[in-house]
Amino acid sequence: MQSTCVDVIETLAPCLATGGMDPGLAQFISILIGVVLVTLFPLVLVILLIWLERKIAARVQDRIGPNRVGPFGLFQNLADAVKLIIKEDITPAGADRLIYNVAPITAVLSTTLIWAVVPFSPIHIGVDLSIGVLYFVAIGSFGTLSVIMAGWSSNNKYALLGSFRAVAALVSYEVPTVLALLIPVLLTGSMGMEAIVRAQIGMWFIVPALVSAIIFYVANLAETGRAPFDLIEAESEIVAGYNIEYSGMKFGLFMANEFMHAFTANLLFAVIFLGGWSGPLAEQIPFLGFIWLMVKTFLLYIPSLILRATIPRVRIDQMMSFNWKFLVPISIVNVLVTAFLLQVVKALGWMPAPDNYDFLAHVPEALVLLIGNLLLIAGVLTMLRNAGRREREATEASEGEAGREADHAIVVAH
Amino acid sequence: MLQLNVQTIAFFIFAIFALGGALGVVTSRNLIHGALYLIVSLFGGAGFFVLLSAPFIAVVQVLVYIGAIAILIIFAVMLTRSMTGMRELFNSQWWVSALVGVLLFILLAVAVIFPMWGNSGSEGSQPKSDQVATTQDLGVALVDGNQYVLPFEVASLLLTGAMIGAIVIARDTTED
Repeated sequence: MQSTCVDVIETLAPCLATGGMDPGLAQFISILIGVVLVTLFPLVLVILLIWLERKIAARVQDRIGPNRVGPFGLFQNLADAVKLIIKEDITPAGADRLIYNVAPITAVLSTTLIWAVVPFSPIHIGVDLSIGVLYFVAIGSFGTLSVIMAGWSSNNKYALLGSFRAVAALVSYEVPTVLALLIPVLLTGSMGMEAIVRAQIGMWFIVPALVSAIIFYVANLAETGRAPFDLIEAESEIVAGYNIEYSGMKFGLFMANEFMHAFTANLLFAVIFLGGWSGPLAEQIPFLGFIWLMVKTFLLYIPSLILRATIPRVRIDQMMSFNWKFLVPISIVNVLVTAFLLQVVKALGWMPAPDNYDFLAHVPEALVLLIGNLLLIAGVLTMLRNAGRREREATEASEGEAGREADHAIVVAH
Repeated sequence: MLQLNVQTIAFFIFAIFALGGALGVVTSRNLIHGALYLIVSLFGGAGFFVLLSAPFIAVVQVLVYIGAIAILIIFAVMLTRSMTGMRELFNSQWWVSALVGVLLFILLAVAVIFPMWGNSGSEGSQPKSDQVATTQDLGVALVDGNQYVLPFEVASLLLTGAMIGAIVIARDTTED
């Protein structure tokens, strides 16, 4: 009887049931605790994330950053959160009260719901949906919705303008994201997150799907509104963006969501391309899998912070044409190339069995796909170089012409 | 007869979402509110698909209808100033839509609800296929030569045509 209660995390429901509780109720409590834990974790983590961002941005700008409240300024954000909560909550005149109040909740919802399908360790996953990848793309549309709701209901021109371009950018960058996600789904043969991680125990997908990993990372930067695509909040152009009229904790929710979303995007990158929880001893000690996942995510998250602190912002037209004229065509070609190469690998019989977790068994398949990816990258770089050269020659030619005209004018003047 | 389990409760919650949202669409005087009510209604529809163990259709409902179409509707409403200020519930064509609505309802009632209701317990309430339709089955059915490959290809051709049309319309004509 006591043996079921040894590992509380795995067997909470049967453990409670042995104590004489109704099995249905025990199941409910066990699920409820799981839901609360999974939801609270990102919300608590965000305090650390904001501190990390401020510290790193400060270092890049040759400052120290928060250093007064608590050790290394760690409690600075707790103090900020208290400040945000006790601030006056202002609803602008003419605002649409209901939509104005629902928008920040929808924003946080759009991020926390994603955590439901993230496999944290070999045995811990909220729900292993058979369509996990699509689910997370669909949930992302709630984020777009929250931006449009906030922008419209604030009754402010700048907020509306900000939400317009934010939504245009978010909807556009969903296209390369989905196309990039198609490759891991092709490689796994399933859309479930758990299956995708299991398929990577032998070989991480970043090797055979290098191009889609890069596209996913870039598109994610845009989806989460990080530099150089942080046009959602452009204080120098449209005062602030869609959340300009929000104050107090409602603004706090939008800000917290931005950090949470950036972290979640990197978490998904780690799950889909870097093997998720897979790592040495992860199968034996499930909690170690969680640590591997967090290590991988932070290794991805910290460069994105340095990127944000160092790279200037692009213009909205540059951002849109980069997406539609560069990322989307490459994503489509990438899907075609990978699908073709996968069929070739299958025809050659180099495809490892789905339950084969041996590294060497995955080498031939990964190598073929990696070479295909590298050729694609080389082709794109050559095209870019040629286009750059043509543009440079055109500029030089027109400048030369302008120079001759100027000389002519001087001669005439004399 | 009607068992009150979690599924039934979920069904009624989603039904309230779907019907309440639909009512909101036709009764709200503000077009943006109408569009947002439409999202609530579509979300209820997605919930039904989850209850019917069709998670793929549910997610596609959210992705396509809420994530793309509803947002496009809101965009269109916001960009047209004359529509944002509209307050009338009816216009001169109300009877056409009423007619279409009633016809659609009759069609649904006769074709879907009536056969299910009429012969309870016999073949009407039984599922047509004993094969559990997973997402994989759906994918296979769409590209199988004996099943739906032709409608699927025709639909993709239509979508490609629409996309090319959009590009042609949006192209800058002053360039050439």
